[in-house]
Amino acid sequence: MNNASKPMLDARGIVKVLGSGAAEVKALRGVNLELMSGELTLLMGPSGSGKTTLLSIMGCILTPNEGTLNIAGHQATGLDAEGLANLRRRHVGFVFQSYNLVPTLTAAENIMLAMDLRGIPMSRAPGLAAEALRKVGLTHRANATPSKLSGGEKQRVSIARALAGSPSVILADEPTAALDSENGKAVMALLAEVAQDTSRAVLVVTHDHRTLAYADRLIRIEDGKIVGRARRRPGSRAADDAALATAA
Amino acid sequence: MPSAANTMNEPAPVITARAMPMVPKLAYRNLFHDRLSLTVTLVGIVFSVVLVAVQCGLYLGSETRIAAMLDHMGGDLWIVPLGTKSFDDPTMLPGRERHAVLSTPGVAGIEELAVGFVMWRKPIGGSTAALLVGSSITPQSPLPWDITQGSKEELTAPSAVAVDATYFKDLGLERLGDRAEVNGMQVTVTAVTQGIRSFTTLPYVFTTTANARTLLESAPDQSTYTIVRVAAGSDTEAVRKALAARLPETEVLTHAEFRKRSLDYWLFETGAGSALIAGALLGVIVGIVVVAQTLYASTKDHINEFATLRALGASAGYIHRVILMQAVFSAIIGYILGICLSQLVIWASKDTTLLIVMSNNLALGLFVLTVGMCMLAAVCAIFKVTRIDPAVVFSR
Repeated sequence: MNNASKPMLDARGIVKVLGSGAAEVKALRGVNLELMSGELTLLMGPSGSGKTTLLSIMGCILTPNEGTLNIAGHQATGLDAEGLANLRRRHVGFVFQSYNLVPTLTAAENIMLAMDLRGIPMSRAPGLAAEALRKVGLTHRANATPSKLSGGEKQRVSIARALAGSPSVILADEPTAALDSENGKAVMALLAEVAQDTSRAVLVVTHDHRTLAYADRLIRIEDGKIVGRARRRPGSRAADDAALATAA
Repeated sequence: MPSAANTMNEPAPVITARAMPMVPKLAYRNLFHDRLSLTVTLVGIVFSVVLVAVQCGLYLGSETRIAAMLDHMGGDLWIVPLGTKSFDDPTMLPGRERHAVLSTPGVAGIEELAVGFVMWRKPIGGSTAALLVGSSITPQSPLPWDITQGSKEELTAPSAVAVDATYFKDLGLERLGDRAEVNGMQVTVTAVTQGIRSFTTLPYVFTTTANARTLLESAPDQSTYTIVRVAAGSDTEAVRKALAARLPETEVLTHAEFRKRSLDYWLFETGAGSALIAGALLGVIVGIVVVAQTLYASTKDHINEFATLRALGASAGYIHRVILMQAVFSAIIGYILGICLSQLVIWASKDTTLLIVMSNNLALGLFVLTVGMCMLAAVCAIFKVTRIDPAVVFSR
């Protein structure tokens, strides 16, 4: 953990009930979670453990039944749909498992779209999109539509899009699930690099144990509760870190 | 795939995307992404625009025909027989109005028209009804207009009449100089006009007032309409009241009132105009339904993208703007195609008995209507998109 790191997202006592009546499921049971700037946190757990529900709440897409959520100093609790949209537009970047790029726009335009949403003047957007694509190694694919991109390239565009406008928190949902080993590593390396920015926290929800090598912190969730937390020892490589491996 | 570290040394890419607002760009791309759907949308809009343009054009054409005589004659006040419904519904005034009108203060001059239904016996045999219009004929007189053969001077001869070329077949005529009978009296066609058709389809036969009185067998001082020119500086309303007081068995109408009465009678009392308006409304409804269906289908096709936009923090207004922009783009393209096709229809009908008028105001009104229709059609799609749950982005 960086000495200058500070909490970018703070979730306290999060309870989420899905469905109603006989189909009611308590997806989250009083989760406390803090994401620190400059850190890449992995959220791991079996299917149905509540990972994606927690991610959705932290991304202001779902609202909790109980608990409070604070993102970059802004209280999310009690906001209406437009208020939540405004908060995630300003402070949250998403990386989706299935990329969710707009198929009719080029790679550069997908990034410019996120910039437009975040109020970045369109006169600056092409230059900023070019820079973002250069950072993710897709200079040569700027004008390609998603259908012409490989899975790894799509995910890198998705990361560049998430970074547009420099949000405080990047939330990635199974970003390597649809990728082969090599592309998965490259995407995680990119996210780890993104997390080095001390003004930003990165949370990756994953099943993939190969991602452990890139984590600063690991949180394990089961049955809607946090059941394990581990932090990489300062100066250690995650792959050698027994605490992380045990927690995972 | 290059490592993250290597990427820092890459040159910045050349991005062909222009720095244009993303809402219209996304709308345009969504629209042209599915060419088949776009084609269906445009066919619907074009059908609607052409239908509305033709119906409204016919309505304007009907107005032009109904009011043609009145508009060409002008005048400030029209003295008409009591209960007259339109110019084409003539009966004779009691007579002797001329002196009463001319002696009324504020009257600068008058023009008398003798108008009536006549039986036209064709030179080739058979007969048909016609509407005889008798007016003073001078080189400056407004009736008849658009003379293409013969002249007004030749029309002043006894028994001379003018007819329109488009009625030649109906009247059994072949050329200028042909003879026929009107109410049993022989007449000669000494002038031919082009394009003067009545709304009722009854042929107009023009002649002098004196000839008309003879052919209509009316008294020498009788007329159907007395058109009054009010002296400069005189109050038209005061003159009207004075004339009404002097001529109790007539109605004194302003030009605008008689024009409106004629239009109302033929367009609404007979139902002809209502049918045209109903046709135009049908066109609008068809347009709305087709555009609504295709926009809704397009929105459903792109629902994942809209959900992603919502998840990325797009406001509802931002997404609504994309859909509305799609509707506006469809409207503009559909309008351009539709108005071109309408002009083609108008051009194709120019030598027929149909009069379709496309005025600048109608063209502008159609554009506003098309955009409005498409935006209204977008409402269903907006309802659909309003209910998007951005959480679906995690379940795909």
